[in-house]
Amino acid sequence: MSRRDFLKTLGAGCCVAIAPGVTLAAASAPGYDNLLVLVELKGGNDGLNTVVPYADREYYNLRLQLAIPRDQVLKLDERVGLHPAMQALMPLWQQRQLAVIQGVGYAQPNLSHFRSIEIWDTASNPQEYLDQGWLARAFATRVPPPQFAADGVVLGSQELGPLAGSGARVVSLANPQRFFQQAKLAQPEGSSRNPALEHILKVERDIVQAAARLSLDLDLKTAFPQNGFGTAMKAAVQLIGGSGQVAVVKVSLSGFDTHSNQLPTQQRLLQELSEGLAAFRAGLMEVGRWDRTLVLTYAEFGRRPRANLSNGTDHGTANVHFALGGRVNGGLYGQPPQLARLDGNGNLAFAVDYRSLYATALERWWGVPSADVLRGRYPVLDLLRA
Amino acid sequence: MGYEDARHLLNRTGFGATDAEIRQMALLTREQGVASLLANTRRTAVTPAPAWSAFYERPPRPKDLGADAKQELLQKLVRQSFELRDWWLREMLDTPSPLTERMTLFWHNHFVSSQQKVKLPLLMYRQNQLLRMHALGRFGELLHAVSRDPAMIIYLDNVSNRKGQPNENFAREVMELFTLGEGNYGEQDIKEAARAFTGWSLDRDTGEFRFRPFLHDGGSKTVLGRSGRFDGDDILKILLDQPATAQFVARKLWREFVSPQPDSKELARIANRFRASGYEIKVALRELLLSPSFWAPENRAVLIKSPVDLVVGTLRTFDVETGGLAPFALLTAGLGQNLFAPPNVKGWPGQEDWINSATLLQRKQFLDRLFRAQEMRNESAMMILARAGGQGGGLKGVNKLDPETRERFMKALTDIHFDAQAWLNSLPGQDADAMRELLLAMAPVNDIEPGLQGMDLIRALTQDPVYQLK
Repeated sequence: MSRRDFLKTLGAGCCVAIAPGVTLAAASAPGYDNLLVLVELKGGNDGLNTVVPYADREYYNLRLQLAIPRDQVLKLDERVGLHPAMQALMPLWQQRQLAVIQGVGYAQPNLSHFRSIEIWDTASNPQEYLDQGWLARAFATRVPPPQFAADGVVLGSQELGPLAGSGARVVSLANPQRFFQQAKLAQPEGSSRNPALEHILKVERDIVQAAARLSLDLDLKTAFPQNGFGTAMKAAVQLIGGSGQVAVVKVSLSGFDTHSNQLPTQQRLLQELSEGLAAFRAGLMEVGRWDRTLVLTYAEFGRRPRANLSNGTDHGTANVHFALGGRVNGGLYGQPPQLARLDGNGNLAFAVDYRSLYATALERWWGVPSADVLRGRYPVLDLLRA
Repeated sequence: MGYEDARHLLNRTGFGATDAEIRQMALLTREQGVASLLANTRRTAVTPAPAWSAFYERPPRPKDLGADAKQELLQKLVRQSFELRDWWLREMLDTPSPLTERMTLFWHNHFVSSQQKVKLPLLMYRQNQLLRMHALGRFGELLHAVSRDPAMIIYLDNVSNRKGQPNENFAREVMELFTLGEGNYGEQDIKEAARAFTGWSLDRDTGEFRFRPFLHDGGSKTVLGRSGRFDGDDILKILLDQPATAQFVARKLWREFVSPQPDSKELARIANRFRASGYEIKVALRELLLSPSFWAPENRAVLIKSPVDLVVGTLRTFDVETGGLAPFALLTAGLGQNLFAPPNVKGWPGQEDWINSATLLQRKQFLDRLFRAQEMRNESAMMILARAGGQGGGLKGVNKLDPETRERFMKALTDIHFDAQAWLNSLPGQDADAMRELLLAMAPVNDIEPGLQGMDLIRALTQDPVYQLK
């Protein structure tokens, strides 16, 4: 199929209208120079086999042939250790730039992919249906600087997730090259008193501005794994190290819904994740941005402790997630899995509400008050060095 | 009523009017036009339904199947999912009464069920038939019928609603989303109403509604101030009795047809007429379509086309030749509207929610590609549709289809053809003004180069932001 010429910017002739949406009252927080990178583990990663409670006999009773053998685990302390496929992250752990947060979840957990990820994305309670992602809410309250190329960029997918909804200037580069091609179709002019039309014009302006200011052609010495996730992380570094600035980059890795034959699948995915993140760190250090980057993983839920009859695991609840970055206080947070105290569905209780992770990013990383954005107060974790 | 008004009326009540249709409507007065639209509605589809839709087969439990049989079952369901959407899109294109399809889609977004949870395409098909049957009938009958619809019973967990263990999901949604709206009932009303719906279940062997008396809580309940040994139908009657219901539904209809912000006095009047008529949907529509607000200049081009509006409307207006429509089902799903699978029980929020940087670019690219098809007839210029990944609710990515369905899908892509010359020749007026009047609900935002004509003019007009509005 013929490819159009790759046009990386609209060129000098394009008139970029600065979005007039920033009022004097909404001061932009200086904290947005700190970059947040969200890594979504689509399908619900099995936390129990990721950060293994190898000293807990109950783990081996519940997991049977699915359990990671004790001698293969990469020990983090005398109770838990990483899945062996995550070797690439051990240097980060040793340098205390990797935080492991255990027991992340929420009350009255929903076990449906679609509903639970919606809850995580919108920072809602299980009975409410909100239209706006939590980051879109944050950016509506505290607007990132207008000279940013965009508030957030989604790489490798068209799902905006926490960036969805009005209030944020977001572009999705499902296919970065295609974005720049398509962006030629957006036209920047005009304004209107018709709210529907004004919304469309605003989105067009956002696209044009992002396309004009983002670039992905930075040459890097760092080597990246030759797979989907590695490629996305490379594009992320090129974007971050390039001319335009953004407050959030979202990437995702799919395939974690391991209902059957979990061992080889999870092995491969955790290896991709770890090597991709390690290369990401090296790349960010190359462009001098590692100290101003915070990476957080998230997923719709963890998985059930008891293995099922297909050598896999079913949808669960509380999960383990990671924070990495140049200013992260490495270590273990939250609570190891309480396998003796499972709920009526055989699932883990949570120890850290997922919104605490968001509150930590909002308050400590960006200096944005979190109570309005998250519609409640959640304890901040001491994940970040000043 | 003139060309502009006719285009406005047809595009708000149907999908993408053609020039010929507009000219015909333009000869009628507003009253005559509205009357003719309401007189010629349908209760059944013209398009023959897929063969599998005639027979219900109790689905085997996945755990009872071996790997091969499971794979086959999955592929069958995916194939049926594509065929189901192909069928409905074809109906929207071919029906002599687009208003019927618009209302069916409206009710699908009101009485939400999603294939994501219901799973069986057959049950979604039957619900769709039910919605069409009552789409322009009486709201009360529609409500009673939909509450017993098997897909709805599954979707809102009424299967698990039994005496002693009431499941409140259906009772909550019937009040919050289907009739009264939030704030017009309390938690206790929901708890009591849930008891009335116990035993409203499903026969898995026939796929039909079945009342199970031994699961039904026949005791006395108090809902909205009334007490009695109510069953489900009694509750629905009580809900229909509340003025709030007419108000709630009329408001939604206003936002569908007129503008995002109803005029409260006008709306109250229409809601009263609606209720007084015994909830005749046509009465509500007649009031809305003849209200001054509907025709007001400030309410032109204020509604954002849904993905289905955009795709079906464009195919219709331009008389685009198509083979199978499955690629367009993937396209609308990628744009945020997967037919038969709204994202959650509140349905598609619509309006501004349809447009973000990703969807706007996709919309523009679809139009851009379509109007280059003249030059690239057999090219995989429409491969944009095939690249869409799985969209959930039964739609998987193209590379996951079984070989036969995949082949049909790929063929459908090459069958897309817009004959620009023929279309242009069919228009009495080909100048920029005439084309603008046909295609846009108001003046374009961007300047149209003077002297532009033919395909270039079509492209300029459809790329204008105003083309996303109706």
